[in-house]
Amino acid sequence: MSTVVGEMDQHDDHHHHAPSGITRWLFTTNHKDIGSMYLWFSFIMFLVGGSMAMVIRAELFQPGLQLVDPHFFNQMTTVHGLIMVFGAVMPAFTGLANWMIPMMIGAPDMALPRMNNWSFWILPFAFAILLASLFMEGGGPAFGWTFYAPLSTTYSSDSTALFVFSVHIMGISSIMGAINVIVTIMNMRAPGMSYMKMPLFVWTWFITAFLLIAVMPVLAGAVTMVLTDKYFGTSFFDAAGGGDPVMFQHIFWFFGHPEVYIMILPSFGIVSAIIPAFSRKRLFGYSSMVYATAAIAGLSFLVWAHHMFTTGMPVFAELFFMYCTMLISVPTGVKVFNWVATMWRGSISFETPMLFALAFVILFTIGGFSGLMLAITPVDFQYHDTYFVVAHFHYVLVSGAIFSIMAAAYYWLPKWTGHMYDEGLAKLHFWASLISVNVLFFPMHFAGLAGMPRRIPDYSVQFADINQIVSIGGFAFGLSQLIFLWLVIKCVKGGKKAPAKPWEGAEGLEWTVPSPAPYHTFDTPPEVK
Amino acid sequence: MAEQKHEKYYVPASSPWPIVGAIGLGLIAFGAGHTVIDMKNETEGWGSNVLLGGIAVILIMLFGWFRDQINESMSGLYSKQLGHSYRQGMAWFIFSEIMFFAAFFGALFYARTIAVEWLGGAGNNAMTNEVLWPGFEAIWPLTETPGGTESGAMGWLGLPLYNTLILIASSFTCHFAHVGLEKGKRKQLTVWLGVTIVLGCIFLYMQGAEYVHAYEELGLTLDSGVYGNTFYMLTGFHGMHVTLGTIMLIVMFFRVLKGHFTPESHFAFQATSWYWHFVDVVWVCLFIFVYIL
Repeated sequence: MSTVVGEMDQHDDHHHHAPSGITRWLFTTNHKDIGSMYLWFSFIMFLVGGSMAMVIRAELFQPGLQLVDPHFFNQMTTVHGLIMVFGAVMPAFTGLANWMIPMMIGAPDMALPRMNNWSFWILPFAFAILLASLFMEGGGPAFGWTFYAPLSTTYSSDSTALFVFSVHIMGISSIMGAINVIVTIMNMRAPGMSYMKMPLFVWTWFITAFLLIAVMPVLAGAVTMVLTDKYFGTSFFDAAGGGDPVMFQHIFWFFGHPEVYIMILPSFGIVSAIIPAFSRKRLFGYSSMVYATAAIAGLSFLVWAHHMFTTGMPVFAELFFMYCTMLISVPTGVKVFNWVATMWRGSISFETPMLFALAFVILFTIGGFSGLMLAITPVDFQYHDTYFVVAHFHYVLVSGAIFSIMAAAYYWLPKWTGHMYDEGLAKLHFWASLISVNVLFFPMHFAGLAGMPRRIPDYSVQFADINQIVSIGGFAFGLSQLIFLWLVIKCVKGGKKAPAKPWEGAEGLEWTVPSPAPYHTFDTPPEVK
Repeated sequence: MAEQKHEKYYVPASSPWPIVGAIGLGLIAFGAGHTVIDMKNETEGWGSNVLLGGIAVILIMLFGWFRDQINESMSGLYSKQLGHSYRQGMAWFIFSEIMFFAAFFGALFYARTIAVEWLGGAGNNAMTNEVLWPGFEAIWPLTETPGGTESGAMGWLGLPLYNTLILIASSFTCHFAHVGLEKGKRKQLTVWLGVTIVLGCIFLYMQGAEYVHAYEELGLTLDSGVYGNTFYMLTGFHGMHVTLGTIMLIVMFFRVLKGHFTPESHFAFQATSWYWHFVDVVWVCLFIFVYIL
């Protein structure tokens, strides 16, 4: 896509090279340090949220109530969702953006490096508060990650205020992170790096950052209204005062639907980098990929009410949201076809990043199709709030977003650490994850179609077999991720030296600098032709 | 940017302030949460102390961070590119603020055109009205809620109208100050900036008087139904933004007195001015949708 000419001065000898000790991490303005902290934080949160999923799957292993009481079960489903969305997937993407975007566009660092550090360090505090609320009297949030009113207002525990304020500061962190990304892309590109030469990861993050800045404040508004309804006597979501609980869902999903694209657009960028690299071909249809991403982002503002077909809307609105939702499959289809066309007659090799990217394309498409089924209003009345929905969004978020993050980690680990990862261990991780993720989530489709509801700690005995299979898949998937942890630690500590460009077909500025990438990548701008 | 070839990049040195800011926000969130919980349960707790501590930490952070920033800027460390980054960052921040207000405007529109109408029996909701809220009439302003809470409604003539004129005028005076700065006319800058600050303070004072009037004479309170909710949340958040904007203007005023800013380089002033215009535009929308219509 882009090649570098001219000289690059990679050694920066003035006042700030990598300092040592704890203050390096506390005071840093370096995009690579901050990126690493984001990635480690997100992985820790992935394990925390994952262990909550293990509690859920252990309880659901058999019908009846065995291990935890229903109120605690509800807290687990709620906090599992919140942590995975805001603590695992989003920070992982921000970490990747921090690491890769400055390198990909030939910038020295992010545009606003101090704010960058601020946005990272808010997160540990936000999640400490959220997790601490679980130990309060009356328990933590138990109303689902979507915190529908009146569950989060009239019927929630005392600790709801802590949930609200922790979401507030998470939002501040995300908005600052997104402003940083968008300004970096607009303002820090090297000479010659025009918009239509940017790698797709940069493009997709550009659009993601716009979505974040547009909708995180709406989430802040929603939690504020929950706070005042619960603690200050307002009645935004209370019919007795002229409000409406359905209004909560409108405001929440106006945030929530763009949010789910925030969690998938950067994946599209990652996969669009990896598939060409291992197919040894240029990406098919670069500009159509850009336009498709923009179209998906634009449509994401017009489809929010497909999450609430059963909650009471005029038929006209149901049809409008149904058709708009189905329209999204067009640009998404463009992307999937482009990835397939990129592989067509390429000389493909199957290193681990490629395996995860391929699994992404197939499994994300399955998740996309079940989304299309859910988009159809009349049939959604059957699927709504069943395990079919759980299967759908885990296909797009786990075997979609998380798999793409894994692919990205394997793809760029050599660049980050200067060592090659252990390919054998990586393949083990891939196959274990691939098989277990399908054992875990595929049967949920059937449970849902047969009528098993979400977020209930008990179920009818007819679902026992399916739930046992699902739980076994869940435990296996959880354990498989420990292989990844082991592999990353091993790779950071040592291993085969990685060349500047370990992947034969890879393109982009990040492969023109040595591995590991120097502390300050570009001191003067590289020139891009 | 493409035209600035081979300019050396500027990356700011590491700084303790971001982590201090994160600690401050953490304390504020934790303290505010506990304060609210204590208020609800009517218990004495340490929440408000943590909250105040957090605010103190944030103030120290702001002071320290801006001091470093101003010193670096005054010693000519910054590049033109960084100036672009700051301006774009501020513009996107204002966009995020617009979306925050959009959530509350959205709530206002939804409550007014859908929720209240449906409770009154519009569309296919005749039975909602008949069975659940018999006798409820859909009117706006909602002076009697379905639950039976009564309140007065805020008119738009008089105080709100004067306030609108004051805030619009302050947008112009702020602009005159900015023009003065760009033309190097320091006196014009100082005077008009001072006038803007005075107008901002008058606005805030009158807004306070309006709240007293609403609470004591109209019986319009934060908990008197969705009309009161949207009224106070929208005007309240707007008032908080005006307060912040006024503080920013006051800081600019003292920096101007100290001789800061040049016609070419005055990001902080420009950002403050943008922010002030933004709160002004929000007010105009408020005046139309909350007061008049």
